[in-house]
Amino acid sequence: MTDTPTALLRVSDLHAYYGESHILHGVNFEVQEGELLCLVGRNGAGKTTTLKSIMGMIPQRTGSIVYAGNETIRLSSHRIARLGISFCPEERGIFASLTVSENMLLPPVIHPGGMDLDEIYELFPNLRERARSQGTKLSGGEQQMLAIGRILRTGTKLLLLDEPTEGLAPVLIQQIGASIRALKSKGYTILLVEQNFRFAERVADRFCVMEHGRIVDTIPVEELEGRRAELHEHLGV
Amino acid sequence: MFDLLGISAPAFFGQLLIGVINGSFYALLSLGLAVIFGMLHIINFVHGAQYMLGAFTALLLLNYLGIGYWWSLLLAPLIVGAFGIVLERVFLRHLYKLDHVYGLLLTFGIALVIEGTFREFFGSSGQPYGIPPELAGVQNLGFMFLPNYRAWVIVASLVVCFGTWFMIERTRLGSYLRAATENPALVQAFGINVPLMVSLTYGFGVALAAFGGVLAAPIYQVSPLMGINIIIVVFAVVVIGGMGSILGAVVTGFVLGVVEGLTKVFYPEASSTVIFVVMVLVLLTRPTGLFGRA
Ligand SMILES: Nc1ncnc2c1ncn2[C@@H]1O[C@H](COP(=O)(O)OP(=O)(O)OP(=O)(O)O)[C@@H](O)[C@H]1O
Ligand SMILES: [Mg+2]
Repeated sequence: MTDTPTALLRVSDLHAYYGESHILHGVNFEVQEGELLCLVGRNGAGKTTTLKSIMGMIPQRTGSIVYAGNETIRLSSHRIARLGISFCPEERGIFASLTVSENMLLPPVIHPGGMDLDEIYELFPNLRERARSQGTKLSGGEQQMLAIGRILRTGTKLLLLDEPTEGLAPVLIQQIGASIRALKSKGYTILLVEQNFRFAERVADRFCVMEHGRIVDTIPVEELEGRRAELHEHLGV
Repeated sequence: MFDLLGISAPAFFGQLLIGVINGSFYALLSLGLAVIFGMLHIINFVHGAQYMLGAFTALLLLNYLGIGYWWSLLLAPLIVGAFGIVLERVFLRHLYKLDHVYGLLLTFGIALVIEGTFREFFGSSGQPYGIPPELAGVQNLGFMFLPNYRAWVIVASLVVCFGTWFMIERTRLGSYLRAATENPALVQAFGINVPLMVSLTYGFGVALAAFGGVLAAPIYQVSPLMGINIIIVVFAVVVIGGMGSILGAVVTGFVLGVVEGLTKVFYPEASSTVIFVVMVLVLLTRPTGLFGRA
């Protein structure tokens, strides 16, 4: 018998709606334990909606989302989070009425074995000095680090990261890249949404291409060289 | 100094005390309104009725079960707060996505129903509620006499207001509340049961009103109209302080109580309108209120 990797997350025939508009039209993919899967696609393809559906933040959703053996399609989002999934939103979601350290301590610890504050500050040293500032007084890059940092305490295994490099300067993108690789080596499973393809190909194991609310192609990183033209066509670059 | 102004010192301090006492109730009630508005975005017009329910619960606990003041101070807020949670679960929950005016109309309607029902059963005249024997008596401060019970009301209100402020601004639980005020969906996606937190917040705000009602019972009479009389002023206080500001609600409550009391000394004709004059001035110059954020 060979070790077949087990899917930590399996999304099947996922449909999602905002009121009358039907956004996801039967999304299917799996994320293996310890894998970094990158969801790519043009603006408006439905990447954020997919992450929010997994997180239970889109009330109108059908199909099946199984995480670690648990069907979550009917659960409300705090129950889903408690199963061990964390979300870092595209707009970062730093709270203005909380200090940096209150933002950091906000997500409750869900399983033991998350990173402790010192480890997180080691990953993102800028945050330590700013602990008492108002959360939204941080720079864009620091806010992004805070948004990632605060979910690492919780002991969750699956991280949903929505465009962590959006709007950041190149040196900050490198720093985020280094921390994502560090997280991978710690055994986190990551579902990453990313428009910055040059960044994504340095961290991802596999790409799923999304178009008009469907996954239209899956490309493992080993096949990337041969299929680059195909991918660029999907993304319109 | 007092002679120059043509008033007597005892009259001055007497009105000052009445002002601080009224301010204690304004602060407690506007604090509850601010807590509720911050989290639920509902302008809780039943707040006055819930204050009245607190006083009536204490009266009924005494008359039917022989439960005295101190237990009522604990039990009445719990009972009325639980009633508030039911109200939130059954009615208010459906209004969060709608305009504020729906919440205002619904809670206003519920207030009319509650107050009408109580008037039907108890009449509109007040019923006395005795001062607890431990707090009977008066202190002679030299320049004035301070009844012990009134001193207690001021202390109790200050302690509860400060405790609430501390809980919201300085504790972990408070950081959940503040964050959920900004972005409830994200807080819930972190694993916090936000709908439950919303219910409990409403229950807490209502319990504050009921606590005020029990405190008020020995001072004012317990009457179905006691809530209507105070709530209009309290809404003016909230508008002046700024909706949703915890500290603003407390400070404005006490200050306006004093302003009202002193107006009674210097220009009695204006004492019942001065708060509304202040409200107009504040609205003209700072529409978000003195402590409000735009
Ligand atoms: N709250 C909403 N209400 C209605 N429609 C929405 C809402 N949010 C997103 N949409 C629509 O759903 C579609 C998918 O949006 P989504 O945010 O998932 O795209 P995306 O792939 O993340 O795009 P981007 O790369 O720009 O972030 C878009 O057409 C968008 O206009
Ligand atoms: Mg998006």
